This record gives sequence, C-alpha cells and structure tokens, in this order.
Amino acid sequence: MELYKLGIKAAREGLEKGDFTSAEIVESLYKRYNEVNPEIGAYLYFDIDHALELAKASPKAVPIAIKDLINVKGQPCTCASKILKGYLSPYDATVISNLKKNSFIPCGRVNMDEFAMGSSTENSALGVTRNPYDLTRVPGGSSGGSAAAVGGDMCIAALGSDTGGSIRQPASFCNCVGIKPSYGRVSRYGVTAFASSLDQVGPMTKSVEDAAVLLGALAGCDQMDGTTPEVPVPDYAKLLERASMKGVKIGVAKEYFDVTGLDPEVKRITDEALKKCEEAGAELVEVSLPHTEYAMAVYYIIAPAEASANLARFDGVRYGHRSSEAVDVYSLYTKSRAEGFGPEVKRRIIIGTFVLSSGYQDAYYTQALKVRTLIKRDFDEAFKKCDCLLTPCAPTPAFKFKELQDPLTMYLNDLFTIPSSLAGVCASAVPAGFTNNTKLPVGVQFICPGYEEGRLLSISKAFEDIC
Amino acid sequence: MDEITMDIDVEYTAKLARLELTEQERTTFQAQLDGIVKYVQKISEVDVSDVPPMMHGREIVNRFREDVVRPSLDVQTALSNAPKRVGDEFLLPKIVEGAES
Repeated sequence: MELYKLGIKAAREGLEKGDFTSAEIVESLYKRYNEVNPEIGAYLYFDIDHALELAKASPKAVPIAIKDLINVKGQPCTCASKILKGYLSPYDATVISNLKKNSFIPCGRVNMDEFAMGSSTENSALGVTRNPYDLTRVPGGSSGGSAAAVGGDMCIAALGSDTGGSIRQPASFCNCVGIKPSYGRVSRYGVTAFASSLDQVGPMTKSVEDAAVLLGALAGCDQMDGTTPEVPVPDYAKLLERASMKGVKIGVAKEYFDVTGLDPEVKRITDEALKKCEEAGAELVEVSLPHTEYAMAVYYIIAPAEASANLARFDGVRYGHRSSEAVDVYSLYTKSRAEGFGPEVKRRIIIGTFVLSSGYQDAYYTQALKVRTLIKRDFDEAFKKCDCLLTPCAPTPAFKFKELQDPLTMYLNDLFTIPSSLAGVCASAVPAGFTNNTKLPVGVQFICPGYEEGRLLSISKAFEDIC
Repeated sequence: MDEITMDIDVEYTAKLARLELTEQERTTFQAQLDGIVKYVQKISEVDVSDVPPMMHGREIVNRFREDVVRPSLDVQTALSNAPKRVGDEFLLPKIVEGAES
C-alpha cells in the first residue's frame, strides 16, 4: 500500500513497528503531490527539503498538512492573499509547537479562501483547488485545501480553521471528518485572526479516531492565548473505545430541516442517518432552537466587524504588501490595502466598518451581540433534553465553480454551521453517504455542548461505525 | 428605526476603512452590500430588552500573569518582513507636514 493513503492511526502503527520512517511517508506524499497537485491544487507550497529535515529529526512523527493561515517558523504564511506575498513566519504557532511535542510535523501548506473568508476556496488569490471527487466542483471552504488534501489522499491528515463552518462544510464536500472545537479549546496564538470571538483551529482527517488523536495534540491551555481555559484535555482516543449509540439522546431540531434550499439528497442522507442512529439504539428527541433564523444575519455583522478590526494591521508598514504608489501615510494605507486585498476581503472590511461606525453601531453590532446571547441560550435549552444534535452539515453537496456568484447566496452555505459557532459549542462533520446521481459525498453535523469534545467524538465514532 | 438612514454608503465607509476603491468596485460593492445590509437588518425585529450582549465566544474574565521579561523576537527577526527599512527601523513616507523625510 502507498504510504500517502494512510491515516494517523495506521501511520503510527507502522512507524512504531519500524515498517517505515517518517521520511518515507514524506517522500510518498511528495510523489503524490507531484502527480496530482497540478490537477487538484490542494497545496500552495510543499518544501520537501524542510519536511525531510523535520522528518529525519523525528523519525516516528506523522506529517500533517497545514492551512495557510497558521504560522510555521521559516515558511510562507500567505492566508492565500497577495497582501502577504513573500512573508516568512518568524515563529511557530502554538498549535504547531503542540504538534511537534506530540510526534507530528508540519508538511506542506494548503489553500484556502483569502483570510478564510469564503465557502468554496474560489476566493484564494493564489490558485484553484478542485474537489477530488469531481474536478468540476469546488472543495468547499474556507479550509478547501485541507479538505481536498485529506479527501484526495494527498496528506495523512490536515489542520483547518473554522469561524462559521470553514472546517465542517469542506469536510462534508470532500468526505472527511472535521472537528470544530469549542471556543477556547485550541490556542489561536500564531493563527492569523479573522473573527477573534469565533476562530478555532481543528483537525480534518480520514477517520474519527484520527480526529480524536489530532485534537488531543492540539487542545489545551496556552499562556499566549488568554481565551484558553485551564480545563483538562481528556484522552479523546481512549474515550472512543467505549463509543456506542445505545441510549444516546439525539436532538432533532425542525429549524435545521424545514429549510428552503435544503437539497433533497442531503435531506434524504440526513434522514437516513437519523434512522440508522435510532436502529443502533439512540433515542431521537424533538428540540427547538427558535432563534436559528437570525444566526446568519448575526454572523454577517459580528464576523466582518471583528475582521475589519483584525485586518487593520495590514497597513504596509511592518510586514505585507506596500504600494509603490504611496506618497504619504494616507495613500500608504489606502493603496497598499487596495492592491493587496481581494474583493471578498474588501467587502467584509467595508461591512464590518459600517456596522461599527458612528450612528450604526447600536442598531447593528450591539443588537447582533444581544441576539447572539439568545442563540446561545437556545443551545443551552436544547442540551437539557438531549446529548447532541444531529443536523445536515451544508444545505447542498459540492457545487460547481462559479455556480454561486452572488455573495449572499454563497453565505447561505453556512446556514447550518453558523449557529453553533456563535454559541461557542463544539461540532463535527462526519461522512454519511453519497448522492444517488452525482455520487458526491455528504456529511452530517453533530453538535455537543461546549468542552464536551469527548462526547462529540464518541458519538461521531459510533455513527461512523454504523454508517 | 428610520429605514433610509440605515443604508450603507460604500464610498464613505471605504474611506473610514482606509481602502481605495476603483469606480467599478464602488458600483459593484454598493449593489452587493445593499443586499447584505438589507438581509442583516432582520435582526432588528428581535425583542432584546433585558438581554445582555454576548461579547465573546465563551464567558471569560481577564487572566493576569506576572509582568516579567520573557524571551521574544530579536530586532532583526522582527524586522525581517518589513517592506522597507533603514538599519533597525521601519522606513515610511513622510508623516509630518513640512518635515524632511
């Protein structure tokens, strides 16, 4: 078997037994990269020399593909934006240090929507990523490169990041497992900020077991990120040994099913998933999250607001693109930013600036923060009646390139993933089947209360076993 | 709420955001952002009296640490990505009117 096909668990077993070395896995991945990357475009950058150097220093480490917004010392970190062309990271993000401490090494950088803003990776300024299951379709986004690399067997596993669904929707489109950890579970130090009250890094893998191992390596309190609490990280992989659907109370919320725009095949696959869970001993419980219909609007106020502040750091002074046309400080800012940012990033900066500007802040931003409280309360109430929620992950399977031209239509892709992001709880995407005619993968989403990743992974594993 | 004053003026907002737009971008963005702003206005129909704002992804309080010097990036590394520099400083266009740059 080709080593690039392995997941984390199988790779670790082989490395332990001495069947192969980390460097041999890296070589195999590089061969695969040269063969299929010109077509799939999952990677933006693959420095074989650096990867081999790390692999030789840790001969039992498993290589992990890294989304292009996470800093790895000495490597580019472009966030798929022209504004960071030529930038080299001066330090490792905490998640990268954590990987290294747990016998993983970073290996290659994968494509994304510019600054993680998008749902198809079409907003990358640096290249096209295609869905490995159908090259005429998008891989989803913003972690589209991560998903295409996992789904296309171009990596052992990958790191993605999720602000409103950027791990889960591409995982669903490319047949991967993806975990959006609870807010604060994983350090954001060294991860380029999009929306700071929402961003989380998480694993994208070939199995739930792999996701458990990788999340265990990433999670934990970090002195460099004040939002990471001192909540112990359980041995997630060990918890999976007892995974079972028996007696699990699964909440079914009508707000996630009675939705215009929900593709009939996605609905069929999600309904079948519920049925399989019930047959395996789970109890289906009806729940309601009445403020779900406002989540999209709340998100498209809060996320751009935070993004407009975070992206103010791109001023052409300390790093990033500087316009050669700049003659004074004002034009240094306006021209450097105009030349460096792509259209979606500009749109979001403008919306964010608008909702925070004098005269509008109370009506938009502050109102959105209050409705966010109500959305969070909906989850608190629902979880009094059930252990988890099962919902569709994305309203459709992977769509074609240029199919969604209008920004608002594109935003609606995150309909089912945004509410849990706003609430700060944890959620997974788990492969659930394929559409009948187009044979495209479709995942379902499980949602658990905050800091219940152990439960989330166990239920996801039990589902994977019966699916 | 007065509907008219709730609209977005893309040209003005882009100036606040220090973003130069082409004529084409101004027109396209104005149409697109009108649609988005109209969509997000639906939150105004929610009754939020007595509801506190959720400021962050989870309830957190300030975490303090001892104010001690720790290892950090050296000057050369910190300046390594500067678009323009002179010695140990960032080089910028003239900021103060009348001063020599």
